[in-house]
Amino acid sequence: MDVTIVDRGPAAGGTSAAGEGNLLVSDKGPGAELELAKYSLDLWRSLVGSLEDELGSAFAPVEYDPKGGVVAASSASDAEALFRFAEAQRGVGVDARTLSVAEALALEPELSPAIAAAVFYPHDAQVQPAVASEALLASARAAGTRVLTGTAITGALRDSGGRLIGVTTTNGSISADDVVVAAGPWSGDVARLLGGVLHVGPRKGLLLVTTRMAHRVLHKVYDTSYVGAVQSDSSALQTSSVIESTAAGTVLIGSSRQDVGFDDRIDVAVLRAIAANAIRLMPFLADAMVMRAYGGFRPFSRDHLPIIGPDLDVPGLWYATGHEGAGIGLAPATAELLTALLLGEPTSIAVEAFLPGRASLVGTA
Amino acid sequence: MTEVLVIGSGPAGLAAACAARALGRRVVLLDASDYVGGQYWRHLPPERPARREAVLHHGWSRFQAMSQALERDPLCEIVTSAHVWAIDAGRVHVMVGEADGAGREARTYAAAAVVFATGAFDRALPIPGWDLPGVFTAGGAQALAKGERVAVGQRVVVAGSGPFLLPVASSLVQAGSTVVGVYEASHLAHLARQWTARPWQLLATPAKLLELAHYASVHVKNRIPYATGRAVTAIHGGQRVESVTISAIDETWRPIPGGDVVVAADAVCLGHGFTPRVELPIAAGCRLDARRFVQVDEHQRTSVAAFYAAGEITGIGGVDLSLSEGTIAGHMAAGGHLEDRALRDARARRDALRSFAERLERAHRIGENWTDWLSDETIVCRCEEVSVGRLRSVAETSRSSGLRSLKLQSRAGLGACQGRMCGRSVETILAAAAPGGHLIDESTTDRRPIATPIRLAELAFGNDKSVEK
Repeated sequence: MDVTIVDRGPAAGGTSAAGEGNLLVSDKGPGAELELAKYSLDLWRSLVGSLEDELGSAFAPVEYDPKGGVVAASSASDAEALFRFAEAQRGVGVDARTLSVAEALALEPELSPAIAAAVFYPHDAQVQPAVASEALLASARAAGTRVLTGTAITGALRDSGGRLIGVTTTNGSISADDVVVAAGPWSGDVARLLGGVLHVGPRKGLLLVTTRMAHRVLHKVYDTSYVGAVQSDSSALQTSSVIESTAAGTVLIGSSRQDVGFDDRIDVAVLRAIAANAIRLMPFLADAMVMRAYGGFRPFSRDHLPIIGPDLDVPGLWYATGHEGAGIGLAPATAELLTALLLGEPTSIAVEAFLPGRASLVGTA
Repeated sequence: MTEVLVIGSGPAGLAAACAARALGRRVVLLDASDYVGGQYWRHLPPERPARREAVLHHGWSRFQAMSQALERDPLCEIVTSAHVWAIDAGRVHVMVGEADGAGREARTYAAAAVVFATGAFDRALPIPGWDLPGVFTAGGAQALAKGERVAVGQRVVVAGSGPFLLPVASSLVQAGSTVVGVYEASHLAHLARQWTARPWQLLATPAKLLELAHYASVHVKNRIPYATGRAVTAIHGGQRVESVTISAIDETWRPIPGGDVVVAADAVCLGHGFTPRVELPIAAGCRLDARRFVQVDEHQRTSVAAFYAAGEITGIGGVDLSLSEGTIAGHMAAGGHLEDRALRDARARRDALRSFAERLERAHRIGENWTDWLSDETIVCRCEEVSVGRLRSVAETSRSSGLRSLKLQSRAGLGACQGRMCGRSVETILAAAAPGGHLIDESTTDRRPIATPIRLAELAFGNDKSVEK
């Protein structure tokens, strides 16, 4: 296929540069998204090697680290719920190992001894999401993809019968048989310009970054409320702990979820809540120095599932968006599903739950 | 409640606090250092005073009058060691105490008006060898000389651009160094064009001329060589600075072949202009102007209601301009009127000094080809040890024109200083290497929502009980 990528800003300048780079199975219960995640994490494993081979050592490292994740429960009742969740995941083939407090501390020594229990997910992994995006883009470019950055979509090109045959942009028109909207939380706006109706909105998240320190956070470490928050429909502020080291030696501390539109200001009350959660989970962090905070917007859909496939009302218009905080993790599988759909070929895993026309997307909210 | 909160106690901040007090408002004056006075009036601590402070500092009597009046004033609270780390929803979040000490106190101010007087820090362009011990920023060397009476070396080269090099050389001489030479990158012809284009404007700023005349006399007396159209383009040494290469450069700051001289020195002071401290105004939502200073109107108002700005963050103009702007900002923040007689002098001086400052800025502007003296090995971001070659490599391999992505790929500007030292140089080098020769992000390296590092526990438990009502 002859492909052109159009981005309003620089590549990887929005949500892709604002996340932690989570490649997770741990936060997903049995269902379509977990299947997508399992498949996508498999794809990532082979993709990383082939990207490195293709792009060479001069390209920035994507910092893929299959370090595994530890989810800790802070109370007996949370532990019970966590173990039930893990058992259900095991039932569909996820490697989820329940740990006693002693086992958890052996695996992750800086965890608070006050936790009630934990589950270890060896398949959780991490990448540097902006670099990973750039690597994918460089690979696509090498395969002949044209990349137009600093170019915003302004409207649709249509034939005399009204069918979508391309886009108009701030840098001229581009004709295309198919147009795929993959604009993250801004996808709804782009879809509207092209005649589509897509309910994807921003869910703001903030992260703290510490100064460099000795390597003391060995896995991705979360509390159980992270799983609840990911699945949540609440529009109120939620914070839950996600703590991890980066290759550079800093520690990333998240996370928050807030529906405040595209307001990118840093809210001190949210930072305080994130900090307090993190200290509860890993007390040694109390003395860590925070040098940076940054935020971004996750693209969220009403039923918390990605939206992958054709717009039913606008022939030629396709979507690959709505992954909320899981976009970088689900990207390879999403791309594969979308490509199969575009070519009219069978998909490797079931796609029905992600199709834009599904009933759960046409809610009231 | 605090009626006027002034952030920064250099000349602009002190003047703002005095003007607000003159209108009867309650004032809180914050400064990150241990004493008021800012970079300009940096002095020995009161417990070991110097008899010659008045000789060492211009406008010392003005400083003493302002600071003593405020210290005596029960309706002005001066808070030193006050680190403003965030501003959100108009509230100013502060940690008070030693920066790395335990037991800092959290305070949050919700003032009726805020005056930013956060000043600027001096910029040093990267140069091969500039990471050797013995290389200082001009401001750092001056701070050691004025605040600690410590000489940075015995044979010192001062290089860069701007009139600030002169007082730095004077301070070094007074601290006991031999200044090998002052190397001004701008060309004499260029300087002369800017300085004499409108000679009548100089008449409006006699204080400036006196100040420059004073430095000139120190220089003549101590026989400090002063050369224009010259730059330090390489610094050599094993364990520390041993010598420097001085190059003749053209008007774009490109080294002229055959124009190099190597000079022995044990220290180098670099000052290529100033970078305003704009992270707090940016966090408050204030717009910057095209030169990336805080945009203010005739009232010293920023683009955000109730936030004012004065001094070097609105444009580099020196102490007299800072005092004038501070007076106006403090008066307006206190609810005064622009036409008030009390502002007549300050307004007249501000307007005259601004045009003077604009001419200085044009005369000493960084030449666009300074990057020609870099080698691929030159470290640009010293916190993360990112070289020029690395920056160019990530731009070439990814063909990205996004600052954020390129920073994440190279890690430039992501270290402990958060790009304060290297940010603008990183931007310049990346832009030159990016497709089309420019970056297209909306954001710059100036954005730092956490303005100064804070311990996670301070963040977690510094609750809002301390908010002033």
